[in-house]
Amino acid sequence: MFSTYLFFFLSTVALISAVMVLLSKKPIHGVLYLTLTFFTLAGHYILLNAQFLAVVHIIVYAGAIMVLFLFTVMLLNLNIEGEFQKSTLMKFVAAIAGGMLFLVLIGTLKSFDVATVGNPELTQIGLVKNLGKTLYSEYLMPFELSSILFLSAMVGAVMLGKTTKK
Amino acid sequence: MDIQFVLYKILLSVAILLLSLVIAMYSTLAERKVAGFFQDRLGPNRAGIFGLLQPVADGLKLFMKEEFMPAKADKVLYILGPSLTMLVALLTSAVIPWGGTLQIGGNEFVLQVADVNIGVLYVFAVVSIGVYGIMIGGWASNNKYALMGAVRAASQMISYELAMSMSIVAIVMTSGSLSLNEIVTQQAGMNWNVFTQPIGFVVFLICAFAETNRAPFDLPECETELIGGYHTEYSSMKLGFYLFSEYINMFISSAMIASLYFGGYDFPFMNDLGLSHNMVTILGTVALFAKISFFGFLFMWIRWTLPRFRYDQLMRFGWKGLMPWAIANVILTGFFHLLFKK
Repeated sequence: MFSTYLFFFLSTVALISAVMVLLSKKPIHGVLYLTLTFFTLAGHYILLNAQFLAVVHIIVYAGAIMVLFLFTVMLLNLNIEGEFQKSTLMKFVAAIAGGMLFLVLIGTLKSFDVATVGNPELTQIGLVKNLGKTLYSEYLMPFELSSILFLSAMVGAVMLGKTTKK
Repeated sequence: MDIQFVLYKILLSVAILLLSLVIAMYSTLAERKVAGFFQDRLGPNRAGIFGLLQPVADGLKLFMKEEFMPAKADKVLYILGPSLTMLVALLTSAVIPWGGTLQIGGNEFVLQVADVNIGVLYVFAVVSIGVYGIMIGGWASNNKYALMGAVRAASQMISYELAMSMSIVAIVMTSGSLSLNEIVTQQAGMNWNVFTQPIGFVVFLICAFAETNRAPFDLPECETELIGGYHTEYSSMKLGFYLFSEYINMFISSAMIASLYFGGYDFPFMNDLGLSHNMVTILGTVALFAKISFFGFLFMWIRWTLPRFRYDQLMRFGWKGLMPWAIANVILTGFFHLLFKK
């Protein structure tokens, strides 16, 4: 009963803050609303008894990525309105691209079989112990491969940063 | 989930909250007394006996000061900054085990608010969102010095977070658990992690200094370059919140160091004294607070001994000094763990 109320509360906050990301005039407010959205999503994960996913979600998105976003936005000083006027062509392209993404999402959702989540208290897969065991036995190969992918991305970022020196 | 359990948890949370605030209050006095001791003077001694009422006087002064807000500040974010810093500072205390169990009337009461099986990760998460309060406050003040301070604080915290996490990873590897309570229990009987993880301990200690923005890492509020850093434009109790949360962070960091490396509420000959279960638990909590006080003193000792780093030195030290040590510690730990323990 209590978790139902929590679900609706979290969903409402998530939707409102997600819309506010688009509507807010100042970029900083947008970034902060996005962070709030991530926190409400983490709350949803906890309701589904996936504590590990919730905490990692906060560490990675709210703790690392959004801090870097905030950092960049603060330094860019995007406050002056009208500095970044988009041309008509840009708006046109953006509308088409966004519309196509929307179509793809709707298409996926239509063919999607809506599965009901079983009682979260009974599904223990979200707990760190079970998740770790599955990840390191059944999915060991993809897991290690993705770590190489991340490493190469990091090396690439360092290389890009270095080219300015010459 | 019976009503007694809920009531007990609420009571415990309130008790820990009040305790953190009172300890932070008296840490300010302790800091000034320690500073006096190091500089061969008496420190504050006018308000009350030995200056014991000094924190009250300071608090009253902060409340009475003019509430000032810069004209071009972002009003909502300006208030959100210090509030968020305070909130985040108080969050970590939920997972720290403050003692063993108390047996009252056939019921066992655990002296820990939430024994989650991801306790260590929860601490990481709280530490990683600690930057927001400072960044938001610094940006919303609409002041160059405040922004510079905020940017410094954020980059410093991000840099030292990594080495800190790496040093805890080594502990997680040896204990095989992410629950703080489990980590503390495994250290019982003087089997403290500091003996098996000396490198990790030193790295963690240095990172704790950097994360709390204390000297010699107090670059964000370096007054010779940045006036007051991120809280330049703050006055009254909003400034008080920023200063206060620093002391709460110090207290919580000391508690974390004590729990992770010094056995938490464990003390020598814990089970050989022939005392009752409750007595041992209470003595254990006293021992934990003695350890916390020692590390609190260490924080102050270093602040009044070492000069401040230069900013580029700080960054180089974090990435090129601490990170390799932390990684080497993880590799060594894994090596020894595979070799000697099964």
